[in-house]
Amino acid sequence: MAFAAFATTEAQPQAPKKKSRIALFLLLPGLLYLVLFFLTPLISLVLTSLQAPAEFGDIGQFDYAFNWQNYVVVVQDYLPHILRSFGYALAATVLALLFSYPLAYFIGVKARRWPLLQSLMLVLVIAPFFISFLLRTLAWKQILSDESFIITSLKALSLLAPDAHFTGTPFAVIFGLTYNFIPFMTLPLYSTLERLDTRYLEAGSDLYANPLTVFRKITVPLSMPGIVAGTLLTFIPAAGDYINASRDFLGGTDTQMMGNVIEANFLVLLNYPAAAALSIILMAAILVLVGVYVKRSGTEDLL
Amino acid sequence: MSGEVQAAAVLGGLAESEQQELARGPVRRPRARRFGLGDWLLPAYAVIAFVFLLIPIVYTFVFSFNDSIKSNISWRGFTLDKWLNVCNVEGGAVCEAFGNSIVIGLTSTIIATTLGTAIAIALVRYRFRARSAISLLLFLPMATPEVVLGAGLAAQFLAVGVPKDMTTIILAHTMFCISFVVVTVKARVASLDPALEEAGRDLYGSPQQVFWRVTFPLLTPGILAAALLSFALSFDDFIITNFNSGSVSTFPKYVYISASRGIPAEANVIASAVFLFALVLVISAQVSRAARAKRLAQLG
Repeated sequence: MAFAAFATTEAQPQAPKKKSRIALFLLLPGLLYLVLFFLTPLISLVLTSLQAPAEFGDIGQFDYAFNWQNYVVVVQDYLPHILRSFGYALAATVLALLFSYPLAYFIGVKARRWPLLQSLMLVLVIAPFFISFLLRTLAWKQILSDESFIITSLKALSLLAPDAHFTGTPFAVIFGLTYNFIPFMTLPLYSTLERLDTRYLEAGSDLYANPLTVFRKITVPLSMPGIVAGTLLTFIPAAGDYINASRDFLGGTDTQMMGNVIEANFLVLLNYPAAAALSIILMAAILVLVGVYVKRSGTEDLL
Repeated sequence: MSGEVQAAAVLGGLAESEQQELARGPVRRPRARRFGLGDWLLPAYAVIAFVFLLIPIVYTFVFSFNDSIKSNISWRGFTLDKWLNVCNVEGGAVCEAFGNSIVIGLTSTIIATTLGTAIAIALVRYRFRARSAISLLLFLPMATPEVVLGAGLAAQFLAVGVPKDMTTIILAHTMFCISFVVVTVKARVASLDPALEEAGRDLYGSPQQVFWRVTFPLLTPGILAAALLSFALSFDDFIITNFNSGSVSTFPKYVYISASRGIPAEANVIASAVFLFALVLVISAQVSRAARAKRLAQLG
């Protein structure tokens, strides 16, 4: 687990460590880079979010100020987008978990006897990564468009109302988010299920637990680290995504998410403070949600 | 994050050490019992799931052979033209964007892999202060939504007055790749047997010789996996690029901009070619890894 990868250094039995100038030499360039191009941008985002329009200025000209009302204004203006972002991301995360768990269980537990098959199936799981994110989303748009074979046949079978659409609806956006982030869910689930000791499951059924109880009381708790890592890896990018919800892709006018309004404010309307304030709200909300979630699921040591 | 690391492991076909495989519970054949529902339900589900995952890929591939005129939405007949004349559309805009993506991907991969590998070695091998703060600094870029990273950098470039061009894209891509390199390489450094380096020192190797002749070759698979992952992340990035690219086109940006007026089939050609290349690379790595594991098993 990557979350664990950072934390477990101290606990790992390792060769005695030396204190040395070399460490500084190795660490400094990379850390300096992150300070310059990750940390300071975050600070400048906070400063930008507090800017006020420049006096006698043109569109897109702002002065540094302490205009905290920016936050009130963006929450008032974009509350539906904020709620939509988290609602869609949550729905996509749950769907991706339901889709991925049986698949990861099959690859990680049932297919253990055939390592080559196992690794080829993993390649299939990450195969969508190899084709452009935007093109695979557009492919779904065309596959599920109103004139497409699937939608017209569903309408012919009266499974869908004749005037129904799929693209441009919240369902399409959630569908796209789910599809695009399934590999992020399946891989961490696979990596914990792959280490699941099946003797525990046998012990459970030897003690007369039915398969459902074994699954609920043994398999799920043991795969908790994978579930937490997978849900975070799906939820975070899904909440910030704006491709799926964009009008040219799977979304419509009333499916816009936070990412869409951040992009529009920053790159089109040149309202930098609004875009910055929304970004800070998005990041803060995600950090709080992640913190609470990790604490409640009892997997603090993942972070 | 871990998904990405797993992806890197699959990409490199290398990261998972053989020891780890031995550490998990022994593989046991299930006890003999009647052929139950569960025996075919899961495999059947897996087949359906894989078909679902592959649908848009197959679609993109098939439509790269479409004899389309401008937009590539309805099927008009099979042709090889688009594959043979990829760069002939719109004055080669697709190919220019593709070329930019390759240059950006290679440059940021080289910088990020160098910086990240150095950090990974230091994290595992040395003692220093402020370790938890450093870990947090490395972890946060991976937990931050891309739109925030992109807007933050763009706000910074705006404040400093740096014009957006290829350089700003490379600076941005390097930033988000470093943490993924650290995670991937660190796993490899941690699994390195210190006895091998000790042996090098016992044989009077200078620290430089030990590093370049023993440590570095042993780390190469991890570094290679990290570099592949970086390149893949950079090549497919759209959100951060969109905020920091100005008028420079990359392949994903080209697709985004032409999405409203219809994507030419040439974009499908490039995406399909990249897909096939990556697939061959990964499958051959997996097959050779399986062969190596088999040889090891026979030796043991």
